[in-house]
Formats: sequence, structure tokens, C-alpha cells
Amino acid sequence: MNLDAIVAAAELAIKEANDLAALDDIRVQYLGKKGLFTEQMKTLGKLPPEEKPKAGQAINQAKQQVQALLNDKRDAFQQAELDKKLAQESVDITLPGRAAHAGGLHPVSKTIQRVESFFADLGFQTRVGPEVEDDWHNFDALNIPDNHPARADHDTFYFNPKLVLRTQTSGVQIRTMEAEQPPLRIISPGRVYRNDYDQTHTPMFHQVEGLLVDKDVTFAQLKGILFDFLQFFFEEELEVRFRPSFFPFTEPSAEVDVKTKDGNWLEILGCGMVHPNVLKGVNIDPEQYTGFAFGIGVERLTMLRYGVSDLRSFFENDVRFLKQFN
Amino acid sequence: MKFSESWLREWVNPQVSQQELIEQITMAGLEVDEVAPVAGEFSGVVVGHVVECGPHPDAEKLQVTKIDVGQDELLDIVCGAKNCRKDLKVAVATIGAVLPGNFKIKKAKLRGVPSFGMLCSEAELGLADEAPGIIELPADAPIGQDIRQYLNLDDVAIEVDLTPNRADCLSIQGIAREVGVLNNHDLTPVEVNPVAASIDAAVSIELKAEQACAKYAGRIIKGVDVSKASPLWLVEKLRRSGIRSIDPIVDVTNLVMLELGQPMHAFDLQQVEGGIVVRLANDGEKLTLLDGQEISLKADSLVIADQSKALALAGIFGGKDSGVTESTQDILLESAFFAPDFMMGKARQYGLHTDSSHRFERGVDPSIQLQAIERATQLILDICGGEAAQVSTAEVASALPQAKKVTLRAAKLKSKLGIEIADDTVTEMLTRLGLTVEKTEAGWNAVVPGYRFDISIEEDLIEEVARIYGYNNIPMQRPVAQLNMSAKPEAVKSLDYAKNCLVNLGYQEAITYSFVDPKKQDALHNNAQALVLPHPISADMSAMRLSCLAGLLGAVVYNANRQQSRLQLFESGLIFTPDKDAENGIRQTRVLAGAITGLRHGEHWTLEKRPVDFYDIKGDVEALLQQIDNKAEYEFKIESHSALHPGQSAAIYKNSQYLGFIGAVHPEVAKKIGLKPKTFVFELLTNVLLTSQVPAAQAISKFPSNRRDLAFVVDKSVQVGKVLSEIKKVGGNQLVELNLFDVYQGEGIAADKISYAIALTLQAVEKTLEEKEISAIVDKVVEHLNAQFGATLRD
Repeated sequence: MNLDAIVAAAELAIKEANDLAALDDIRVQYLGKKGLFTEQMKTLGKLPPEEKPKAGQAINQAKQQVQALLNDKRDAFQQAELDKKLAQESVDITLPGRAAHAGGLHPVSKTIQRVESFFADLGFQTRVGPEVEDDWHNFDALNIPDNHPARADHDTFYFNPKLVLRTQTSGVQIRTMEAEQPPLRIISPGRVYRNDYDQTHTPMFHQVEGLLVDKDVTFAQLKGILFDFLQFFFEEELEVRFRPSFFPFTEPSAEVDVKTKDGNWLEILGCGMVHPNVLKGVNIDPEQYTGFAFGIGVERLTMLRYGVSDLRSFFENDVRFLKQFN
Repeated sequence: MKFSESWLREWVNPQVSQQELIEQITMAGLEVDEVAPVAGEFSGVVVGHVVECGPHPDAEKLQVTKIDVGQDELLDIVCGAKNCRKDLKVAVATIGAVLPGNFKIKKAKLRGVPSFGMLCSEAELGLADEAPGIIELPADAPIGQDIRQYLNLDDVAIEVDLTPNRADCLSIQGIAREVGVLNNHDLTPVEVNPVAASIDAAVSIELKAEQACAKYAGRIIKGVDVSKASPLWLVEKLRRSGIRSIDPIVDVTNLVMLELGQPMHAFDLQQVEGGIVVRLANDGEKLTLLDGQEISLKADSLVIADQSKALALAGIFGGKDSGVTESTQDILLESAFFAPDFMMGKARQYGLHTDSSHRFERGVDPSIQLQAIERATQLILDICGGEAAQVSTAEVASALPQAKKVTLRAAKLKSKLGIEIADDTVTEMLTRLGLTVEKTEAGWNAVVPGYRFDISIEEDLIEEVARIYGYNNIPMQRPVAQLNMSAKPEAVKSLDYAKNCLVNLGYQEAITYSFVDPKKQDALHNNAQALVLPHPISADMSAMRLSCLAGLLGAVVYNANRQQSRLQLFESGLIFTPDKDAENGIRQTRVLAGAITGLRHGEHWTLEKRPVDFYDIKGDVEALLQQIDNKAEYEFKIESHSALHPGQSAAIYKNSQYLGFIGAVHPEVAKKIGLKPKTFVFELLTNVLLTSQVPAAQAISKFPSNRRDLAFVVDKSVQVGKVLSEIKKVGGNQLVELNLFDVYQGEGIAADKISYAIALTLQAVEKTLEEKEISAIVDKVVEHLNAQFGATLRD
């Protein structure tokens, strides 16, 4: 049998093999120790020496050809088997996953965290203070003496004439300055309380107080820092105005309004240069140091940022409302 | 402070539009709250004259009139107003007129009588909310003139929300002064001339509390006719300022208050015995106020008295007995200065707040009393007639506010604002504001006018300059500061970190009120004492919370009522515990609390559908604790809590320090607070929770570990936590892991016993443990547990 015929026969057999076992039989038949090619090699001895190398090469080539055909077929069988196994293991990837539950932060917390982060980048450290506050820290130290009309404006919750629910986070300014010397850069978020309840007022709400005391601090800088903050917080070019106002603990004082989409001005924070009486009260020399302070209304900011229309929804804690901010 | 634009423009009329004017006022720090038209939108209403007025043939309540509106023919108009009568001047809506609400006047028939128009009331023209009858115009109202023109109704009422420092703007004069400064425009104040006395009748005035009242002017006017009506211009000015016309005397005093800022009062002279004494009240002295309420005076209150009794609460409220009535003929006008320091808070002591007290508390110009009394006298004589006596005054000049001198340094101005403003500009601004200004080398010396109580230090002047210069004209700069690094202790985790852990565990953050319903709190905390608000928003928001439970469980109920039954909520905030050793007697502790209820997983195709139980919330808390500090020793101990189920609750200790509590809400408590779904809660003290340890690395053993599984059978009463901690105790260093992997009761185990399958993983750092070493440890554990708990190995 010539080599071509052997290879052709092997090719046909391989082609017709149905499984790995049949393929192995073919391998033994052709390439085994007693296979056809071994027999062919034995015939080499009968050839003259000068023909041997060429004939041997031809046999080896034919053998390799068959081996390659066998390999290809085996690979094909293995691939098919794998494909079948994988097909059996496939799942409906559109079925819902066995997920962990997803919770979320309250939108007011999100706003506070964002505010803190903007100012933290500028070196403002977060400080917190008590919410049941004495009238010294909530009023007197902030240049609001007893019977000052500004006290009446605060709708204060009194426990007794000396003890209140803090009406503003500004008391934390005082507590900080009592304990530390300038330069100071602090931010103080937290709950504040006013005895007022209607569509636009809740008896509890949140403020973020900011304070910077250093040398050569100016009103122009206060404007700059708050303007930057509002642009970055809202991530859009907002029209902002600084309107003269009055807070006993700052002078000059301003309220900051932003123009809402409906064209109205909405007041969102109060600010000003720290009043010299406040600095003197905590033994900081107002000739040497100046400072600015601001108090941001967190709910207002959150409402404007996320389009919340009813202030009261923040404290109803309806999870359908809360989950919108996750 | 509310006033009409037209009144303001009588005083100062710069060439700026209404919108610009309002913008200017707001941006000067006098925030305009509201701008409202002084009348409704209407047209086609003219002055008419009732020529005839007779009964309607078929309707008792209607009258048939003939009205002259200056046209060729009289108009037949049917009118239902009782005050409609012959010869009255009225407001006539003619055919084609459009009244507020787009109400068109057409020819009509009323009970068979044709009517060619309508006689209008103030309410129908949007001049008042309600009106008893039709408008009665003065007799000299020109027939046929458009009412809008006649009454000058194309005007707006401007309401300014004044900050407490700007008492000087509680008058038209004050507002006009500001507008004048802003526009560099001169004022045209109302002309006030002294009224010459036509009778001789002085009143004696004795100032007995000069610190409270150092100046008092009084004037007797005899023979006034109080029945006269206030003229239309006066009524309209008051109306547009939000004040109702009462009688001409009250109207005039109100007008002068609005115009010049001086609150005034008028007494019925007949009721004043002898002269006026301005003195402190006697404690408990009685006074019936004009509104009829009798008050018991406090000794630190100032009263206007006569020789025998208190007549009025000075600067706050007049007395009923000495007030002007219909029968009053002779009056005593009062125009006084009451010191703001003294007046502050006085009205509030009696629950009172009046236009007068509002002004005196904030400060009334101490130099304006005579001008005010002359202005009022003239107006009263004009309207009511009568004879005025000379003005009687008493004054203690030394007790009056002295003119304040304030120095402004140019350098300070610049360093505080961050801008340079030309010296001349500053001088002009301050001068226009009414200060007497002297330029010095370093800046300015200024003398403050009496009406500016808010200016007394340099910063006050800096604010004035900034305000007039315009805050919006000050540039925006950025602060420059030293870069100071600050400590950040690694072992202290932030509250935000803990909150994020809970969020990752599926918890939704809630924010509930810090004051809660005391009834619910009592149920939860077994009537523990709480700090209570004496004047809360409502009774169910009056007790400061002792824990977050009332709020969180309230949120659970709120959501459950809205079909939201699977809940995982948390809240962080202060709780308030009365403690006499704490600052202000109240310990304010920050806690992190949570509540879960409903199914553990939402209904899911492959997850089991089961309600949450104790081990769910415990697992959540353990996950939180491990994320914050996995090196601490945590212990769950049985410790009763009034809000919690005694068999499903625990106190948690961290390194032997109390950390908080966890458990199921007690079913009886749940009933009391209206909580239906079975709910589990925890609350942790953040100061304990958030401390951790800086990691100290150990070498990892290179040698293989060995695992031995042991199943112990113990009495059910034995807490497995104790078993595990005993194993740890005797296991030594080579016990590197301990895991309870099965709990079994039932067949093969006695009814009062329970089996715990526990895996011990043993490993040494320096070598592979040999079998006999492993057995020695296991035997030691088995023996120890047997001795401690009577534990046996399960067969």
C-alpha cells in the first residue's frame, strides 16, 4: 500500500469517526506500535541505503499528516463537548440577582456631607456642639443681650430663661473660640430649633455654621468664598446677590439670595464679618484679628438642589421619598 | 413697616421706576417683603351723585336710584346697600365697567326694575376685604371723575421687613432719608409749623423715672369735635399702611407715627386728675387697657399717671378710663421719649406688642417730640376744630441719649471690606445719612444723629459705607491663610463611616424630631424623667428624646400605614438625659440607632420569605461593629430594658464598656405606641462605637492549620456565647479560629439539651502541629467544658 493511499484511508476513517473512542482506535490502527506506519518503517530495511533517507522522510511526513488530522478531530470533539456542557450550564441572566439590600443617606445628610467636603478642602474642620444650649452661648456671647428684639425674632424654645434649644449653630463659634486661638477655620453642621410650624417652617431644621478668624480677613473674601461654594454646590451658574441685613454677631452682615428658576430670589444663608464684641467676649483682639462667619440653611439648599417642594417631607421619613436620594 | 409708594414719593421723588425703587430699598438692607396694589384691578368706575333714592316696588331690601355721573342723562341704578341715600357721593360702576375678578357690568333687571350700573362698596373695588355698605365719598368729589384717578389708586403698598437695628426706618421720613441717600436726592419733608396757643392751659409734668423717660411733651386741646370724620386722604394713607381708621384723634396720632416715627397718645383731659406723673408702677397696681383687659402692673413697668392713678402703660398701651371716647371734648396730647434700653422686653412681659412698643423698644429719635406734637395739633385742629394751648414740656437733658462720636479709620475701612473707596465718596455718604462728618488725617470723626441708635462703633460706620456703596459692588476675592495640618487620629472612625456601613447593610437614614410625644416616651422608657418643653409646638412634640426609639418607631408606623412594610431605618443624633453633673444639667449623647421590620428579603424568586428576627438585627450590628473595630471584645449580655422583649434583647459591651442595646420591641410597649409590625431595634453610643485600634501586624504562619469539629451537648439554659469564650480561654495561642457552625435539638438529644457543633482551627506559628499536640488541646477543651457546663461530646 502506498503512503498516499494510507493517508487517504486514514483521513476517511477520521472523518467518519463519531467519538473519541473511535478516534483512538484509528490512532492505534495507524500510529500504534503495531500500526500501519510502523509496518511501513519496517519495509525501509529492504531498500538500498541511498534511498532510505528519502523514503523514511516520506513515511514520517505521512505519519505527521495523520497525527495532525487526528489532533484536529480530537480538538473538535473536545470543543463540542465543552460547548454542550456550557450550554447546559447557561442561566437566564435577566433574572434578578440575589443582591444585598441597598440603603441610603437622608438628603439633608447628603447636603451636609457635601458642604463639609467643600470646606474641608480649604482646611475647615468640623465641630459639633450641644443642642440644649445656655442663653450665654446662644445669645449673650453672640452680642444678643437679654430683651434684645432679635431674641424675640428667634421664636425660641425655652426650657427656662437660662436654657434653650439652640436657635442657631452660631453657639459652636463661641465654644470653639473659647477653647482655641486663631487662626481658626471651622464648620459646624447640626440641628437647630424654632417655635414655628407651617408650610415653610418646621420646628427643627439644620444649619451649617462656618467661621474663619485670621489676620486681614475681608468682606470681599467672604463674598468670594460663598460665591464659589454656591456655584460648586449647585454645579451651575447661579445668580447670587448679597443683601445687607442684620445679625447682632456680625457686622457688616448680609443675607445671600440665589435666583431660582422661576425668577424669584430665595434666601439661603446669612453671613457677615464677626462683630468685634463677639471677639472681645472670647478674648480675641479685634484689632489684631478679623473674621467672617456664615450660617447656611441646609433644607433650603437641599430643596433647591433636588427640587423638593415641601419642607415637611424631610421629617416624615416616608421611605418612598427618602429612596429617591440613594 | 408698610407704606404706599405715592406717600414715599411725596417725601422724595427720584427719577427711578417703581421696580428700581423697590430694588434699591431691598439692596440697602430694608428687605421689601411685598408689593401689592392698593386696589383691585378695575375700570369704568366714576364719581356719581345720588339725585333720587326711593324704595323698590317689589323688593324690600333694594332701592331704586337716579345717579348723576356727569352725562346728559341720569342713570337708573338699583342698589341693595342700606347706606344709599339721596345726595350721597358714590362710586358708580357704569355699563361696560370691569370690576376685580373680571366682573363685567352690564345692563340688568333687578326684580323687574332695569339697572344701568352698580354702586360699589370698598370690597367690590378691592380696597378692603369686607365692607358694610357702599363707599361714601366726600361731598366735594367731582362728579364723573374716574375713581382710580380721584382716589389715586394706581399706587402700590410696599411692605418692608425691617431688621431690629433699623428703628429709624419705621417711618416714611426714615425710608425717604434712605432713598435720598441712595439717589443723592434731596427730601421734601412735610412742613411743620408751631401752632400758636389760642388758650392758656398748661399741664404739669413730673418725670419721676428719668432713666426711662427723660422727655415728655403734653398739650391740651379743648373743644374738639371727635364726631368729625377723618378726611379721605388720611384714611387712605392709613389704609395703605395697613391701619384701620378709628376716629380722627387716633387717626392723626397714627399718621404722625407713620410719618415721623413718633408714637403718640391722646388722653381725655376730663379723666386726668391734676398733672401728669411719669413714674414706675407700684407692684400689683391695676390698669385696664384700651382693649378692655385688666393687667396687674409689675414694679419695673413705666406708667403715665396722674395724681392718683395710672393712666397708661407708657409707650405700650393706653388706658381705657383715660382714653378718648365719643363724648370727649378736651384732650391732652402726649409726645414723649421712652428710652429703648428701658423699654426692651417690657411689652412682652404682658404679652403685648404694639406699633408704639415696637418703635420705643428699638429707639425713637429723642429730638422729634415737639415737631410731632405740632404736626398732630395742626391736623387735629384742621379736622376736629378746637383751641390749642401751649406745649408743656419736661426734660432731663442729662438723661437723654447723648450724641455719639464715632471715629472711622480709612485703613480699617479698607482692611475690613477689602476695597478702597475714595475719601470724598465716604464723606458724602456719611453726610447724607445725617452724620456730622469731619475729615481727619487718618479718616473721619462723625457725630451720629439721634435717630441712628444702631451706630456706635467703627464697624457700624464701615457697614453703612458698604451698604450705601452697594454690597454687589464689592469685588469677590479669596481668603489667604496658612496651611495648617490637623490631627486625624486613625483609631477614631468617623460617624459618616459608621453611617455608610449601615447604608451598605441596607439601612435607610431617617431624621426624626428631637422632641417626641411624652406618652410614647413614657411607654418606652418606663416614665423615666425627660427634659420637657414648657411651650411646645404641640403636646406630642414636647419631651426631649431619651433615645431614638420614639422617633424611629414612629417612622416605622408612618411607613407601615403607607404599605411600606419591609423597613431598615437608622438615625444618628443627640439624646437628652437629665443629669445634674452634666453641663446645664443635661447630658447630650450622640447615638446611632436602627430599626428593622418586615421580611428579611423582599419577595424574591430564590430567597426565603421570612420575617426578620433577633439574629438579623444582631448580624447587622455585628457587621457594623466588625467594620469599625474587629479587634475589640464584644459581649451581648442579658440586661433588661423597658422598651424591649425580656427574652429577645441584650445590652452590648465593647471591651467591657457599655455600648448600647439591641432587641425586639416589647409587645406590650408596641401596643401602647400603636406599633403593629414586629420590630427590632438597636441603639449604640457613638463615642464608644467609633473608637478602634491601629492595626499591629503579626506574622502569618507558614505551617498548615488543622480543623477539629466537636459537637457538644449542653443544657438549653447554657448561653453558647459563654461556651465559646471558655473555649477561647483554654484554647491558647494555637486556637486561631473558632466557628459555631450548627445548632441541633431533637432526635438523639434529650429534650432539655441542645447540641452545638463547633469547629476549632489550630495552628502554630513555628511548626506543623503534631497529632498528639492537637489532641492535647482538644482534650483540654472537652474537659474544661465538661467541668464548666456539664458539656458532653455528642455520640
